Amino acid sequence: MDVTLSKFILAAVTTKSGIVEGNFPIFMVESQEEQERIATTLGRVLEGVVHDMENGVFILVKH
Amino acid sequence: MPPFFITIVTAVILGTLARFFMLKVDYRQYPSYPHGVVTHLSLGFIAATLGAVALPALLEKEFAAVSFLALAAQQFREVRTTEREMLLHLDKSELVQRGPDYIEGIARVFESRNYLVILTALIVSTATHFFNPLLGIISSILAVAAGNRLMTGRNIKDIARVRPGEIRFEGPNVFVENIHIMNLGGEETRETIIERGLGVIIEPFNDNERETLANNGQRMALAHEAASQLGVYKDVDTPEFTPLVRRDKDTGRIGMLILPIERDMEFLITAIKGVPVLESATGKPLRSRAGKKAED
Repeated sequence: MDVTLSKFILAAVTTKSGIVEGNFPIFMVESQEEQERIATTLGRVLEGVVHDMENGVFILVKH
Repeated sequence: MPPFFITIVTAVILGTLARFFMLKVDYRQYPSYPHGVVTHLSLGFIAATLGAVALPALLEKEFAAVSFLALAAQQFREVRTTEREMLLHLDKSELVQRGPDYIEGIARVFESRNYLVILTALIVSTATHFFNPLLGIISSILAVAAGNRLMTGRNIKDIARVRPGEIRFEGPNVFVENIHIMNLGGEETRETIIERGLGVIIEPFNDNERETLANNGQRMALAHEAASQLGVYKDVDTPEFTPLVRRDKDTGRIGMLILPIERDMEFLITAIKGVPVLESATGKPLRSRAGKKAED
């Protein structure tokens, strides 16, 4: 039987420091454009969905 | 000629033919041709043989032989298990999965059709033995027709109204009319969804159908059927474009967002209307006193 994780935060991409913590990779970025680009790339690579927390943080979730 | 020769042969042939006519190979490509079809025809042949010999066995006072029918039931239950396991395994390779409920429904159909074959063969052997083979043939046609009619389940069009729904974004949240579908980040994703997406609203006719549509398996079946018929703009690395089916918690309406390859609302609605209502999803709260009284 194979076990898979779902509803799991794979990574976070943030423009602001200090508002996201956790035991997953956190990418600090300079601008919104960079945030979009990095989040999209990570989404493709990790096969996760990008969610916008509306506070400057994007999280990537495995569904 | 050995006794019961005509009875048994007629019943076996017509029973197997009955199974053949029940095998529908359509857009679902299931059972797969040719090997899947051969497997099921062979099982149909065995089922027909069992049905055909039941009456001669009784007439010869071989009552023990009838207990073979119980053995047959065991075998055909095995068919259901095999089908279920295989489809569940294959489901992992689907871009939009069928879901366990739909698979259980398919497996159940495969099992029950073998019983229908046994019944058909039994009817044919009875008609052939007591009357003549011609009447046997007629009775088999009637049995298959009756079986088809009685075993045909309902479709979505029988339980709900399907109509187009407008897709809109509120910040990162995508809605189909007032039904929240998902939170999605990224401008590019949003643009793709606005450009390529289609929204559909499915409104149940009454409280029974509301509960049927609330079932998650039924909703997975909707997404799978829509995606398999119109194609889906998605790959393994873009899970955000998976068709999503969400519920309006107030009214029980269903909202669906899909990015089909063929962006054609008319055919999307046709595809959704044709989705079978799953046996396991069907609920009848209106049959209960509380459910009936609470409806207003």
